[in-house]
Amino acid sequence: MNPIIDIENLCKSYKEVKAVNGVSFSIPKGICFGLLGPNGAGKTTTVEMLEGIIEPSSGSIHYRGKPIGPEFRNTAGIMFQNTALQEHITVREALRLFADFYPRVRPMEQLIEQCALGEFLDRDTKRLSGGQRQRVLLAIALINDPEIIFLDEPTTGLDPQARRNFWQLVHKIKAERKTLLLTTHYMEEAYELCDEIAIMDNGRIIAQGTPRDLLKSHFQNTVITLPSTNFRNHPACRDQLVSHQANGYADILSDDVDKTIHLLIDAGVPLTQLQVRERTLEDLFLQLTGHNLRA
Amino acid sequence: MTLKRFLAVLGARNREFLRDKSALAWNIIFPVLIVMGFAFAFHTDDNELFKVAVKEIQAQPATAEAFLATEHVSFINIENLDQTIGKVERHQYDMLIDIGTKQYWINETSAKGYMLERLLNSLSPGFSKQLVSGEAVRYVDWLIPGILGMNVMFSSLFGIGYVIVRYRKNGVLKRLKATPLSAFEFLSAQVFSRLWLILLFTILVYIGTDFFIGFRMLGSYATLLLILTLGTLSLISLSLIIAARMASEETANGLLNLVSWPMMLLSGVWFSLEGSPELVRQAAQLLPLTHIIDAARAVMIDGSGLVEISHHLFILGGMTAVFMTIGAYLFRWE
Repeated sequence: MNPIIDIENLCKSYKEVKAVNGVSFSIPKGICFGLLGPNGAGKTTTVEMLEGIIEPSSGSIHYRGKPIGPEFRNTAGIMFQNTALQEHITVREALRLFADFYPRVRPMEQLIEQCALGEFLDRDTKRLSGGQRQRVLLAIALINDPEIIFLDEPTTGLDPQARRNFWQLVHKIKAERKTLLLTTHYMEEAYELCDEIAIMDNGRIIAQGTPRDLLKSHFQNTVITLPSTNFRNHPACRDQLVSHQANGYADILSDDVDKTIHLLIDAGVPLTQLQVRERTLEDLFLQLTGHNLRA
Repeated sequence: MTLKRFLAVLGARNREFLRDKSALAWNIIFPVLIVMGFAFAFHTDDNELFKVAVKEIQAQPATAEAFLATEHVSFINIENLDQTIGKVERHQYDMLIDIGTKQYWINETSAKGYMLERLLNSLSPGFSKQLVSGEAVRYVDWLIPGILGMNVMFSSLFGIGYVIVRYRKNGVLKRLKATPLSAFEFLSAQVFSRLWLILLFTILVYIGTDFFIGFRMLGSYATLLLILTLGTLSLISLSLIIAARMASEETANGLLNLVSWPMMLLSGVWFSLEGSPELVRQAAQLLPLTHIIDAARAVMIDGSGLVEISHHLFILGGMTAVFMTIGAYLFRWE
């Protein structure tokens, strides 16, 4: 499939700092592509170069096979990490304002329903909760019925309920076969929403693929977690099989869960509070970089 | 540029301003209060100093040497005789003395003029008397154009400069940059929104002040409106230069004060600069507010027409063009 966006060897330098250092990737049409990485990894700089907000130091960006130009703004929907709206205007007025900027717009009623804005449509934008505000900003990003939508850390600062509500909205957009580029430092968000991800650290992409393929290629084992106290009377097991965490739990990496559990039973280790979990993107990031995703 | 996008930003900015009730009230009440305060403080026009305009002060100093040495009398060197005679008619000068022709002018109803005449005739006799008549211009009549100009200045500088810097700081400009809206559409909408709002509020302040204390207006309202329009545009354009790239409200505030305070002091808002050092008067000519106030005073107090004040209008127009070009060239969304 021809990519809708294709970037080649993108770089951005600020004086001595290389914020983005030779990033290349392609985004096929209709998928949700995630840029995953800790704060300062270069995600926002990369996305803002794609949006035309920042001029790249070097490298190329192609949209539908052509170098990106000013007309791209008519077909892109953008939701920045931090955006304020003009003061003393209502949600309805903010939507109308942005609608007047574009030659082609999505019907207002459809947008209001899709982003669930009905109950606060005539409220001053200053008086919105965090979740409501993000829904308004998403509606503004969708107002020109864009082909590609950039969502930069859209759920940062939201409570879990508001975050899940926002994910539902993103699923609805995905169902319309729109292309999305999402940046996040929440691995569960990337896993939930993204068809393909690129993990960034220090301005570079360090891994790329579907979340499932990436986990599969890096991890063959499963994590079995038990309270460290369960190993109190079994020092041999504790020293040889497990890695201890600061939260009082011990992880056992197992290639065969049945076999490991039998071994634990045979050794007489209590299985109270035993948990079995698959490896996550957070584990992957830790393995690739040696530091935590939210660092 | 598309009219639709321009009108959208214009409408949003108007709504933002008109719904900010505290700023709105302040824009109307503050200037009216200042005028009323000054009118009350100076209602007796109790200025002890005698003011004498002197033409050709260097011509034959010996002729009037004794009179010119009088203490507690302010002698001000003038060039334009006709203009100054008009000021004697309006009691802005207590006496005019032309040393070259050995004549002096006083207003027949001026008590200070009578006192100065007695003094001149006893100390430096030989000058011939010319009598003029006319109503006195009260301090408040003289002050009103200054207050209107000052109000226009603050509203233009802070109303545009501060708002654009705030938009840049909190990300509004960045969001707008990501749309097809051009910088020209955005800036022209900001300028026109501020322009009509300033003119509207200046008219309201004018009407309110006239209702409460009443003042002199001898010229044409259309000419006065033209002066205020061009003056507002020149100051808004000046503000665009300050706001072109700045993202800190604190720095912008400092710079706006740096620009506005010299104008407050040197443009003749409160007191006439006649009698000030030549350098100060020359420097004042570089400030847009000086031309706004001088032109407005000429229209309101002297009844001057378009031709008499045309040089002020040309200067304001030129300043607008230069400032606007620099401001638009320097402007960055971020």
